[in-house]
Amino acid sequence: MRLPSIRNLSLAQRESLAAYAFITPWIIGFLVFTIGPMLASLYFSFTKYNIIDPPQWVGLANYARVFSGIPEFLRTGDMRQLGDPLFWKSLQVTIYFASLALPLNLLFSFALAILLNQKVPGVNIWRTIFFLPSIIAGVAVALLWIRILNPRMGILNPFLQNVLGIQNPPGWLQDPNWAIPALVLMSLWGVGGSMIIYLAGLQGIPTDLYDAAKVDGANIFQRFWHVTLPMMTPVLFYNLVLGMIGTFQYFTEVYVATSGSGGPQRATLFYNLYLYQNAFRYFDMGYASTMAWILFVIILLLTALIFRSSAMWVYYEGQLRGGK
Amino acid sequence: MKQNLIAWLLYSTRGHEFLIKGITTLLLAAGSVIIMIPLMFMISTSLKDPAQIRSDANSLIPRKPQNVSINGETFPLYRISIDGAEREMAMLRKLPGGMARFTDPNNPADVVELKLSEQTPLYRLDIHWENYPNAVTAMPFFRYLGNTMLVTFIGMAGMLFSSSLVAYGFSRFRAPWLNILFLVLLSTIMLPSQVRLIPIYIFFQQLGWVNTLLPLIVPQFFANAYDVFLLRQFFLTIPLEMDEAAKIDGANPLQTLVYILLPQARPALVAVGIFHFLYAWNDFYEPLIFLHSRENWTLAVGLQTFDALYTINTHLIMAVSVLMIVPPILLFFFSQKIFTQGVVFSGVKG
Repeated sequence: MRLPSIRNLSLAQRESLAAYAFITPWIIGFLVFTIGPMLASLYFSFTKYNIIDPPQWVGLANYARVFSGIPEFLRTGDMRQLGDPLFWKSLQVTIYFASLALPLNLLFSFALAILLNQKVPGVNIWRTIFFLPSIIAGVAVALLWIRILNPRMGILNPFLQNVLGIQNPPGWLQDPNWAIPALVLMSLWGVGGSMIIYLAGLQGIPTDLYDAAKVDGANIFQRFWHVTLPMMTPVLFYNLVLGMIGTFQYFTEVYVATSGSGGPQRATLFYNLYLYQNAFRYFDMGYASTMAWILFVIILLLTALIFRSSAMWVYYEGQLRGGK
Repeated sequence: MKQNLIAWLLYSTRGHEFLIKGITTLLLAAGSVIIMIPLMFMISTSLKDPAQIRSDANSLIPRKPQNVSINGETFPLYRISIDGAEREMAMLRKLPGGMARFTDPNNPADVVELKLSEQTPLYRLDIHWENYPNAVTAMPFFRYLGNTMLVTFIGMAGMLFSSSLVAYGFSRFRAPWLNILFLVLLSTIMLPSQVRLIPIYIFFQQLGWVNTLLPLIVPQFFANAYDVFLLRQFFLTIPLEMDEAAKIDGANPLQTLVYILLPQARPALVAVGIFHFLYAWNDFYEPLIFLHSRENWTLAVGLQTFDALYTINTHLIMAVSVLMIVPPILLFFFSQKIFTQGVVFSGVKG
């Protein structure tokens, strides 16, 4: 008996074999580092598991812990009625941050991209300066900003007091009401990252569209509203989706700024930070897996929602009726 | 004349352009100052001593008050103005009502009393370069640096190697299910890492790899979806005729990849390499989870822990922070063109 040799295969079969041979590293990685762990964490989410002892099946107990007490909470408004008030607190913190950071980021980076798309002298130097902060993200930047925002030793509050004349500048990261705005401020320093993508989008808009609008007598604002904005919506949309997912993964800055506590008074207990605390501080792997899966579903729903609603406001060039 | 200028700016096309450019430049200049101040603050703080940070934290220049000694006693030096004339005088003491008594250091008999808030204290430059050698010995900096470089560069090699193979497989062959597999690959880009992380942690723990650098390096050898996507998009722009010519010359698929596609795809390889460098260099989450003992820490974890323990040493922490941001900045400046093309390629075409 002879084993089938590669020479006996048809050309098409040989091509398939080659394709699968080349993508093998990814297939192994996908099985070992993606789909396998995903299924395992789905299983863990129905267990009590502290790593040392084997996982113990608890059915829906972890999910019940998250979702119990909602009717009581809605009736009384008392967060202590909830099965895990901290879960909902972390969701609230994350959404609050997103609702401030995403629109501001979009506004500033888009405005900046428009400015940097003008033919002004030294435009490349300006672009470099604005882009710089986004490549040095991480621990060093967070350590810098907690010092800038420090009410006693920082530079921001003296500026607010002496230059803008604000009498009682906020305590920023030390004040529960100002900790999230402080982190938003920190994130805005890195707007250059999305600016560069918007800039590329702006440069991709065909100039003949502007010329045609000018011929039709459109002024600079009308050209922005009727040409720039519709042409940019796919890029804005893409960044919105990524920004949303990014907020649910937000971690390094808040971990560094609060030494992993999510303080003051849990005002910065982001979803991902609380998940980390459950997994790697309390070693409650079952509950952390439950949180991970709820996060996964939230992101799926949000992405689907944005995609669904995008039909109303995202303009794709392919849809242009009457041709370009 | 003035009115003509305003009319020109507002109503003529050239004037309009000039006005817009002028406003743009002003806004950009103001914005650049705001962007650069935090970096200046980082550098200047890294060059101050603790006393300067306590007493003069918000100056962007490392400096100390200038003193003069009169009869063996030292006094701070001020620039004062009397009747429009400016003089340098020592402040002897503060008086009630916001006043202070000043004297001429060369002529101690010459004493005036003036409002303190209207006089400017004089400073001299006082730069503490020794913060840098002190900082890298206050923590095992070179150990952290070595670990960070191992993770970054071995991981980068693994990622480039595996992702080019996979991207080649997805861009140059027809096979059943291949398109569906590519869609699966794309969908994993959006997947939140938390949903995989805990089992991966347990898996590496059972292998005995927790608290080694392996969990940060080994997964890179199994291709990264995002980099595969970018490289595949780039491979698709390389004309097929070149592959076919190589095939006729007797090259096998692997030779075609190595000798034809990879040399052409150099800009894309450099771009994903830089992205990986920035990701691995700055990554904090995974090193925090997988590395438990000090000798295995990367710079990100080592620096954060140093801050958590000795946060009072702001000057040393900022010095190491400066050292940590220098490599990404240098890399960015040397590869700016390829870098921004890569961002554009991933962001717009993506």
